[in-house]
Amino acid sequence: MEALLEPVVQLFGPAWPAVWTLTKIVAIIAPLMLCVAYLTLAERKVIGYMQVRIGPNRVGPKGLLQPIADGMKLLFKEIIVPSGASKGLFILGPILAIAPSLAAWAVVPFGDGMVLADVNAGLLFLLAITSVEVYGVIIAGWASNSKYPFLGSMRAAAQMVSYEVAMGFALICVLLISASLNLTDIVRSQGQGQFHDMGLSFLSWNWIPLFPMFIVFLISGIAETNRAPFDVVEGESEVVAGHMVEYSGMAFALFFLAEYANMILVSILTSVLFVGGWLSPVSFLPDGFFWLALKTAFFLFVFLWARATFPRFRYDHIMRLGWKVFIPITLVWVIVVAVWMMSPLSIWK
Amino acid sequence: MAEIRNYTINFGPQHPSAHGVLRLVLELDGEVVVRADPHIGLLHRGTEKLAETRTWVQSVPYMDRLDYVSMMCNEHAYCMAIERLLGLEVPIRAQYIRVMFDEITRILNHLLGIGTHALDIGAMTMVLYTFREREDLMDAYEAVSGARMHAAYYRPGGVYRDLPDRMPQYAVNKFKNANTVRELNENRQGSLLDFLEDFTQRFGGYCDDYETLLTDNRIWKQRTVGIGVVTPEQAKAWGFTGPMLRGSGVAWDLRKKQPYEVYDRVDFDIPIGKNGDCYDRYLCRMEEMRQSNRIVKQCIDWLRKNPGPVIADNYKVAPPPRERMKGNMEELIHHFKLFTEGMHVPSGEVYAAIEHPKGEFGVYAVSDGANKPYRLKLRAPGFAHLAAMDEIARGHMIADVVAIIGTMDVVFGEIDR
Repeated sequence: MEALLEPVVQLFGPAWPAVWTLTKIVAIIAPLMLCVAYLTLAERKVIGYMQVRIGPNRVGPKGLLQPIADGMKLLFKEIIVPSGASKGLFILGPILAIAPSLAAWAVVPFGDGMVLADVNAGLLFLLAITSVEVYGVIIAGWASNSKYPFLGSMRAAAQMVSYEVAMGFALICVLLISASLNLTDIVRSQGQGQFHDMGLSFLSWNWIPLFPMFIVFLISGIAETNRAPFDVVEGESEVVAGHMVEYSGMAFALFFLAEYANMILVSILTSVLFVGGWLSPVSFLPDGFFWLALKTAFFLFVFLWARATFPRFRYDHIMRLGWKVFIPITLVWVIVVAVWMMSPLSIWK
Repeated sequence: MAEIRNYTINFGPQHPSAHGVLRLVLELDGEVVVRADPHIGLLHRGTEKLAETRTWVQSVPYMDRLDYVSMMCNEHAYCMAIERLLGLEVPIRAQYIRVMFDEITRILNHLLGIGTHALDIGAMTMVLYTFREREDLMDAYEAVSGARMHAAYYRPGGVYRDLPDRMPQYAVNKFKNANTVRELNENRQGSLLDFLEDFTQRFGGYCDDYETLLTDNRIWKQRTVGIGVVTPEQAKAWGFTGPMLRGSGVAWDLRKKQPYEVYDRVDFDIPIGKNGDCYDRYLCRMEEMRQSNRIVKQCIDWLRKNPGPVIADNYKVAPPPRERMKGNMEELIHHFKLFTEGMHVPSGEVYAAIEHPKGEFGVYAVSDGANKPYRLKLRAPGFAHLAAMDEIARGHMIADVVAIIGTMDVVFGEIDR
């Protein structure tokens, strides 16, 4: 590998590190975008079958080219900027929505050492970057200078900020027991323990000792990405499409891509933090990216499943659930975990 | 200091949960509704005025287009009004057919009502499940009248024709292979009554499915319990009827209180609510569907055993059978007069009301003895319900307004007429 790359390194000279990083970024973003595109198809298919219908099956074999057709349609559509809108901010909105949801992937490990930026404060970086996402929504809602988007963005501001708190506390528990903010280390720390030695690694993963946190994190993740049943931000039957009402063409598509990229991000994070990332559930099978993909796919399925099953929460119920249920639970569990670690019963020694 | 004004939004007519063309001007204090002002008339087609220029029978299809999810019930009220003016007796078999199709229509309406109510609240799977069942009932409509929605099946004096002995079948085509078609046609081998009997047997299970999705769902309860509460006094004062009234605990149902056709011969219960909120009304509708299913079953049994005429034999009102018309001068003249000039209805006025799925649907007709109504007035239940929007929605949140629209089960065909 090294020898193979040598002439290329020579070619770029001092610019090589930048080129190499860009290559890696493309290697992450391109498959990610493909996943996003096909997640939309998967969603329509999965929900379709849950709702006794077939879903798209006309474009390409079995409807497999549907996302491409959708993408092309949106690409060729005009981006209409309403005359009353603040033009600069209106354009900035979708950019601010998609940028963080892509940037967050920098620290996500796909396998042992397979990570773009192996930073020690990975978890902190994730928290910081995902917090920025809400600005895209708020700016979009505000800049549209229209009533429904404004209402949607007000809801977004409240909802995303509240659930971030619960998510943050859930993460504190994880980093307490892993003693690291590095996502790779967090996965590695799950691959040891009594059950792992017995060959049943899946029982040593974080999801058992941190079960309440695992659930809170997953639900907060759904709320954080504004997916059903927490989709009041764009709740179709209430605020039509929330902040996206005035957007068309690619500007709209960017919000869409951001939403689905976030769904994948939350799913992959849940896999990494709670169910052992790329680790194999039983020791006689090899570890590998395959397991991470499988776990992520499962959580994505949960997202879609929830959407097909539940009615939508009301805005104030969401706030109540966030502040009066999740935050107290997480706070208590942080203390429980901390005491547990210090007690003789600790399983993380 | 700057003046603080409430936020006013225009909810509809282009809104996903406006149920057609409801325009609702909402004055909001944050998310809380201070005032809800429904604007109607966007679907006004002047049905009442149009009826004045058409013969009595020609207006029957207009009735389908009033409340376009409970077509035959509208026709029923209209035909009943004419029959009362004429003093016409409807053959008993036609009465049973009418009751059966009224109840099928009630199921059709409630399926759509509950489905879209759930869709408004965000449970979108419901609407697709209920539409699956609606499809079967629509097929029954089609079998009997040739049209899936705007049936024009009831006629003054009875119904247009007897129930068919065979159901329309699916055919093999590019998208459906022989196996699929065989499966689809499995319950269509017999007569319409066989098809409906099969449906009534399945339907209870479908209702259980809906209930597992919604009835005990905590989110569904949070969204509907205590929302849009109407006290019995308010409900009466505002002229509510149907599930909107019964949900508040008032046991008022024209089928029981002023029985028409053969409702006094069939066995059924009327469910009533307790708290008068969206949840109780939802439960009422759910139970009404089960009760309607019961009535349909009884009608099927009766109809199997008792053949007979389905339309009055007064040829001044109902057309004579075609075979007889071909050989008989008298009947040819009757036929010609009926289809050109139409029937003459004695002068007078009449109010006929039925228990429509949405409430009391009444037809007030004034006749001056001509071949068309002098004046026709329709009492649409949804109109009274929508008029109370402001009172019910005030103090609730936007999301609740959507739930309230759903629970009112508004259809603009009848409200705007």
